[in-house]
Amino acid sequence: MLEVKELTKSFGGLIAVNRVSFKAREGGILALIGPNGAGKTTVFNLITGVSHPDEGTILFRGQRINRLQPFQIAALGISRTFQNLELFTNLTVAENVMVGAFRKSRVGFLRSVFRRPGTTKEDHSLYREAMNLLVQLGLAHYADQPAGNLPFGQQRLLEIARALATQPQILLLDEPAAGLNPNESRELAVFLRTLVNQGYTLILVEHDMETVMSLADEVVVMNFGTVLASGVPAEVQQNTEVIAAYLGDEEEEAC
Amino acid sequence: MGSKKNLLLIVIAIVVFCLPLIIESSYYMSIFIVIGLYAIVAEGLGLLMGYAGQVSFGQAAFYGLGAYAAAILATRCQWPPLLCVCIAPLLPSMVAFIIGRPILRLREHYLVLATLGFGIFVYVLFKDLGTLTGGPSGLTGIPYLNIGSLTLVTDQQYFYLVWGALGLTLFGMANLTRSPIGRVFKAIHTSERAAEAVGIDTASLKLQAFVLSAFLAGLAGALYAFWVTFISPSPFGFTSSVEFALMVVVGGLGTLWGPVLGAALIVGLTEFLRWAVPVALPNAGGEFEIIFFGIIFVLIMLFRPKGLLAIEKSSVAMSHPTTLRSTDA
Repeated sequence: MLEVKELTKSFGGLIAVNRVSFKAREGGILALIGPNGAGKTTVFNLITGVSHPDEGTILFRGQRINRLQPFQIAALGISRTFQNLELFTNLTVAENVMVGAFRKSRVGFLRSVFRRPGTTKEDHSLYREAMNLLVQLGLAHYADQPAGNLPFGQQRLLEIARALATQPQILLLDEPAAGLNPNESRELAVFLRTLVNQGYTLILVEHDMETVMSLADEVVVMNFGTVLASGVPAEVQQNTEVIAAYLGDEEEEAC
Repeated sequence: MGSKKNLLLIVIAIVVFCLPLIIESSYYMSIFIVIGLYAIVAEGLGLLMGYAGQVSFGQAAFYGLGAYAAAILATRCQWPPLLCVCIAPLLPSMVAFIIGRPILRLREHYLVLATLGFGIFVYVLFKDLGTLTGGPSGLTGIPYLNIGSLTLVTDQQYFYLVWGALGLTLFGMANLTRSPIGRVFKAIHTSERAAEAVGIDTASLKLQAFVLSAFLAGLAGALYAFWVTFISPSPFGFTSSVEFALMVVVGGLGTLWGPVLGAALIVGLTEFLRWAVPVALPNAGGEFEIIFFGIIFVLIMLFRPKGLLAIEKSSVAMSHPTTLRSTDA
């Protein structure tokens, strides 16, 4: 469904992503893992058009999307969340999701100038859609609160709700469990499973090995911008290089 | 709440309607007309600055392009004035559409400089394209506006025309800012990245806001041309551009009535100081009032940095996190 081939990106002299290739299968959960600075978020940024690769190709359903703008990629059906939350903090929880659903509503500039707000069908249907998603994510009773006031864990969920509002085919989640307590992480994992059952394809960047191994169908391990190993979780866990990278990482942290 | 708001609107409408009936002095009448014209420009700029988050220090150029387009069409092409009013704003709109793509790619002070440069460039064109614009001495002989058989001559009539146009502008702005698009603009304001990530073409929306702001400036310019029947480059220079931006900021970014208040304040204060300063300081010659003007605006910005009409939402919002957290725990 989404295929990344020999993706390379450097910033200045630093090669952030070096010949990275992987394939995300439709209806699966692919996890990108690796130590800090391994290039996972850069890969996300390349896929979503925030930056463009120096070399390599990104294929979505066979179509090259290398040079597209972020909004065009989102319109194709690839949606994402941000590691450092990027909520519209000046809007309410429901409004955040409504903005997520906006691109499908065909309300033009001129029509908006001449038509009374609140009476339009578009606005009602946007609100209904938003509420549906908020119910699914257990955020419905926060609907009219300013998004910035939500507790951290709920803000993460709201990012997912907003991304889902674009009706994507693939959802890219950048560390969705970061900052969640173990309980919330488990609930999130369950929810992500239900998303896959609904037909979404998920790609996630995750730090927490346990979450990844229990959730992912396929794991891509990155280190220093390259793919160290990939495969089903059980395989990857046995890989000596992976173990070394992770142990090395832990040793460094211990120092 | 809603009915109170409606009541206030009706009161404002009645007051505006009665103004020309009460005021006899043509000096005061013209002040109110100027406020109305500037408020239309400021409303457009308010959309651009307060919602689309883009600054323009070249708005007087669009105002001037509207005025010159109307004047040239009416005098040199002999078009019916009303048609000129409808067509003239399309020129600044088109210019905004053409320069918008490249110019809006710039950010913050680069955008300020680019729009400023554009404003000066257009101003020079007004002065130097003598055969078309009449040069520094301007264009004379612009006919009065006529609607059917009614020719608008008096300031009272132009007052109703201008404030009617302002009313329509406010109606449109209220609709737009409360529509899904208005919400999207607010979203772009906080995170452009996130807006792009949910499939919103932010560049195109900003461009549309820019074009609409140019259209409104052009409309005000066209009305101005038919009201004064004589135009020269001087009202369309750099100073006016700064004043328009000032109106928006002082009134309150992202508010519906802020630009109107800002326009009234700036025009009113300029006129007041022009009268008051010589009375208070008989020996102070020259442009002494500008100093007071500056002091007053510095004070406003010090004490109401978000503008006069900006609602301080932070105090309300602050009370929420604690209650949310406590229910969550």
